[in-house]
Amino acid sequence: MSCALLLLLMSLALAMGTGAAVEIQRPRGVPLSKRQFYEENKPFTCLDGSSTIPFDRVNDDYCDCRDGSDEPGTAACPNGSFHCTNAGFRPAFIPSSRINDGICDCCDTTDEYNSGATCQNTCREMGRKERESLQIMAEITKEGFLLKQQLIHEAKRGQEDKQGKLTELQGSKKGLEEKVEALRTVKETAEDPEKEAKERHLKAWEEQKELLRMEKDKTRMAEAFLELDDDADGYVSVAELQSHLELDPDSDGSLSETETQVSQGQSEPPAPVETPQEESRDFVSDHDSDHYPEDYAGEEEEDVEDDEEDDHDEEEEEEKVTPEKREDDEVSMPPYDTETQSLIDGTYSHLQSLICDPECISICRNLEKEIGFDFGPSAEFAYLYSQCYELSTSEYIYRLCPFNRVSQKPKFGGSETNLGLWGQWAGPEGNLYSVMKYDHGQGCWQGPNRSTTVKLTCGKETVVTSTSEPSRCEYLMEFTTPAVCQEPASLDEVLHGHTEL
Amino acid sequence: MTRVKINELKPLKPRFEVPDVLINDPPTEPLSLLSRDENGVVLSLGADSQRLIVSAKPFRLDIMEGREVLLSLNSRGLLAFEHLRILYLDWLLSLLGPSSISLDFSLPGVENVYGIPEHADSLKLKATDGGDPYRLFNLDVFQYEVFNPMALYGAIPVMLSHSAQRTMGIFWLNAAETWVDISSNTAGKTVFGQMLDYVQGSSETPQTDVRWISESGIIDVFIMLGPTPTDVFSQYASLTGTQAFPPLSALAYHQCRWNYNDQEDVAAVDQGFDDHDIPYDFIWLDIEHTDGKRYFTWDPHKFPQPKDMLQGLLDKRRKMVTIVDPHIKVDSSYKIHNEIRSKGFYVKSKDGGDYEGWCWPGNSGYPDFTNPEMRAWWASMFAYDQYEGSMENMYTWNDMNEPSVFNGPEVTMHKDALHGNWENRDLHNLYGLYVQRATAEGLIERSGGVERPFVLARAFFAGSQRYGAVWTGDNAAEWEHLKISIPMCLSLSLVGVSFCGADVGGFFKSPSTELLVRWYQTGAYQPFFRAHAHLDTPRREPWLFGPENTALIREAVRQRYALLPYWYQLFYHAHHSGQPVMRPLWVEYPQDTATFSMDDQFLLGRDLLVHPVTEEGARGVTAYLPGKGEVWFDVHTFQKHNGAQNLYIPVTISSIPVFQRGGSIIPRKARVRRSSSCMEHDPYTLFVALSPKRFAQGELYIDDGHTFNFDKQKQFIHRRFSFANNALSSRNLAPGSQFTTFSWVEKIVILGASKPSKATLKTHDGKESQLEFEFDASMSVLTLRKPGVNAGLDWTVVLQ
Repeated sequence: MSCALLLLLMSLALAMGTGAAVEIQRPRGVPLSKRQFYEENKPFTCLDGSSTIPFDRVNDDYCDCRDGSDEPGTAACPNGSFHCTNAGFRPAFIPSSRINDGICDCCDTTDEYNSGATCQNTCREMGRKERESLQIMAEITKEGFLLKQQLIHEAKRGQEDKQGKLTELQGSKKGLEEKVEALRTVKETAEDPEKEAKERHLKAWEEQKELLRMEKDKTRMAEAFLELDDDADGYVSVAELQSHLELDPDSDGSLSETETQVSQGQSEPPAPVETPQEESRDFVSDHDSDHYPEDYAGEEEEDVEDDEEDDHDEEEEEEKVTPEKREDDEVSMPPYDTETQSLIDGTYSHLQSLICDPECISICRNLEKEIGFDFGPSAEFAYLYSQCYELSTSEYIYRLCPFNRVSQKPKFGGSETNLGLWGQWAGPEGNLYSVMKYDHGQGCWQGPNRSTTVKLTCGKETVVTSTSEPSRCEYLMEFTTPAVCQEPASLDEVLHGHTEL
Repeated sequence: MTRVKINELKPLKPRFEVPDVLINDPPTEPLSLLSRDENGVVLSLGADSQRLIVSAKPFRLDIMEGREVLLSLNSRGLLAFEHLRILYLDWLLSLLGPSSISLDFSLPGVENVYGIPEHADSLKLKATDGGDPYRLFNLDVFQYEVFNPMALYGAIPVMLSHSAQRTMGIFWLNAAETWVDISSNTAGKTVFGQMLDYVQGSSETPQTDVRWISESGIIDVFIMLGPTPTDVFSQYASLTGTQAFPPLSALAYHQCRWNYNDQEDVAAVDQGFDDHDIPYDFIWLDIEHTDGKRYFTWDPHKFPQPKDMLQGLLDKRRKMVTIVDPHIKVDSSYKIHNEIRSKGFYVKSKDGGDYEGWCWPGNSGYPDFTNPEMRAWWASMFAYDQYEGSMENMYTWNDMNEPSVFNGPEVTMHKDALHGNWENRDLHNLYGLYVQRATAEGLIERSGGVERPFVLARAFFAGSQRYGAVWTGDNAAEWEHLKISIPMCLSLSLVGVSFCGADVGGFFKSPSTELLVRWYQTGAYQPFFRAHAHLDTPRREPWLFGPENTALIREAVRQRYALLPYWYQLFYHAHHSGQPVMRPLWVEYPQDTATFSMDDQFLLGRDLLVHPVTEEGARGVTAYLPGKGEVWFDVHTFQKHNGAQNLYIPVTISSIPVFQRGGSIIPRKARVRRSSSCMEHDPYTLFVALSPKRFAQGELYIDDGHTFNFDKQKQFIHRRFSFANNALSSRNLAPGSQFTTFSWVEKIVILGASKPSKATLKTHDGKESQLEFEFDASMSVLTLRKPGVNAGLDWTVVLQ
């Protein structure tokens, strides 16, 4: 319990390979930076100024200062901290409650000077290991950062291409839509003025409804396309269609190539109503509308998507577009004279088929969606779009499709579980793009919907490195990508930045 | 004490008499005959002019002291004894009829009865007229309700009665399903009604009548006559034994969750405590750690290297508990199952095959723990070479030991399942005790009888206190459940089980941050301090709620650690003499009627009064400080308050209202470290709270913290601190014992002191030295700086 002055032999030569051996005297547990406050044989003033005590009460195993500064080398103060020099490794502060507690905390063993614990000095070994891993990390960062530059460059080009194509497609679509509009006028003028006067109100409503139906069809078709497009490559392949048995017209349980061609060749969209209503609506309402503009999706649709509970107007509008209701309405629609009607019908359906061309719409749709995503400050994450990455564990195959979804499939049979759909970037302030959040996955029994947090770290490869479920139905995935690699500091800086001088 | 035992003289088959609960055959003494007539006898009970009057027709017993009747048996004539009869007979099968028993007790002058846990109800038992009686039948209850007499996981058929004059106890030694009906002639009367009675002089003597009913077995009842609460505790302890003395670390903080997923998760949580500088001693693994719910095994993917994990904890001087439940997966590739089956150790169904039921592993067998050979075999399974991956810092948790059978009646075993010759109906409530006992014996044996075991169980019976700790089962993250944890543990304390706790945070559902913090603050002052959570709830390790809440929880846990010397001493007393650790106020203030139904605050030992904040959004609490002429000191501010008053205390989220009794001395260890083991050699700070007469007394108990050497080799230190005549001294309370400690006295804080001119320390070798001191005149607190004397030696400090 007497004042413990420690003679510290700090051999910088050993640690850093430069400099000469120095000898510095200071009380145990005091960092060099605070040495001047602890002057031997002079009264010591607590670092918070709260009181002044004789110097022999520094490190005398009794707490005199409220801030714990008189006992840097003992466990006497509840709020004290102990400085280990850790020559060869990184210096550190530990809570003073860890001094002489029988557990080796400082790699230089200085925290256990009176506990009977036998500690090995592991600083040089740890220093070596840290330098090695820092070196490896630095190399990875360096290469990763180069890759990132490339990614940024590619993303920029890709983005421009896509924007161009979209503008073009939208232009032609707009043309078609104008023709439809013109046709509507023709339709109106072609009609019996008396009748028109009588039924103007009904017709206006009908037309509006027709447009609405078209829009709905387009949306559904696009969704159906996405649904069919299993590998998310923007094209629907025969194989993909074959995997969807609901399109099997002869119900023989498989889709022949002929059948798939028939479906593809139809000018009408492939039976979008067969898409499970629930799923497609979820998809639309939860995600699409938030993230990319839909200039051709009218206000009505927005409303329907927005909030089902909101009010019944929207519910009614929703009802209007159900197929059954539509047929009823068409029956009650007043007949035109045959000539006009056939002319209108012919042109109308032709234009409609152009607007509704599945390929055109799906491309448009995908382009818009893609352009609308936040792919990072320099779009460096764009390359992840429509890709999927897998990790196999003992029980499951985990699948991460960035900006789309995360799923889990048992290795030995069983259906796939949705662990979350793309939500948003969720990193901490200043590092937003380090964490992705996927939510609204499949519900858990008596629990929340599944969700996944994806932590991104710098790596040369783009890989899922681990998955876990830290809390029930909340998954954690670690993912490396060059896109998060920061501009590397020089290796010297990394290695020397931590060393006290 | 009086034992009344009623059995059939010549039953068709023997009736079940509860074995293994009494620690020995209670000594008998001859009664002397005082007088007799044709209808009865008057016998002397020996002490205090107590007499037993036995009347034959109608049968009744009255126990009298002087001219007062203390207790009457069968005064209401509710004695029932369904003797065995052949109901149905054919060439193979004979059915014996019902065999229930019943008896009533009248307690004149008594308005308050307590005990008969386990129920999620108030401390003071309610009259059950017009409702269900209190039920004692060990059941795995899913999401139990509070303020309800329904049966829960454990059953202790012991009731205490209390009035300002006397405390008594009734111990109904029967392990079958039991119901207790309580009626009172004052319950339900308004205060106005009682006043009216008084004014009109028509007030009858208050009286409580109790009726016990059991499904089978015999009437075997012990009447403990007190007269003080302390006497009743000693009397009951002489029958069923005292609280097992736990390892010191088991009194520290336990971190549990269903489930810590894998070794990495365990390492990360362990590191989390260090990163946030929160102490903990035990991390727990629930059922998911096993290989397919096969107890005594490890999941090969999640826990491939259990010894590495345990060594990692040992390196930090921490420990682990793994769960071992008493249902065994029926699986011919599972060693434990095969051995139990081949030895015939399973409970049998009524037709003689192994009884099987559904539980966590799916189809399961239930070992017959009532069989001593089975228990010996079970115990041997805890040997280090049998339980692979186990180490000396790994302890055990027996859950589901009611037993829980998912597809059984009321989620438990069929009553006609057979334990040897006895049906489950005869001994149902005893099964859980045997499970915990066999496990505790296993932990003792694996260390060669050296180490004290630690086993937590959910189901229990009278005598379970000898085998470890219990908790209040699957509660919920609701304020009502936080509140009910106090009466639930107090009720258990009164009937021998001191080592009780509730899942901190609540098991089902997810607590609000405020509730979680308040629960930590409450749990820190309850005996068994463990956080636990259901599999489906979000994670809730203490650092997941922002730095402010982390700091609040850290502070609560640290207060627990600082007070461990006092907790340990209280448990030593519970073990030594059967006095409860957590006490209702009336136990220490038996004449203060204001305390009789109080269960929102409690005492730890005699000297600490705790009034946890259990209301959402509380701005203040009203604590009752008992004791006319006494004083209490707020342990945080040292503010002095007078006794016998309701004190309003404004509270913030950091407040845990705790008071130290003037007249007491409490040792603490102010240097809180990352586990209790790390604090072993640390010095003590003595908090001396002076009574108005400037007197105080306290104790200190020290031993190695984990072995039986305190008992077998008398290796412990037990000291008495006394402050009188301005001198504080430490003297030996156990001259026959031997132990040395590195711990010393670093500080003495005297509350309610006046300023001395000097403080002189005299050590055991006669040397004298002056101590420096500080005096805070505003609070009258005198702090003596660094006496530095060894805690095991004699010393005196004289103030002048």
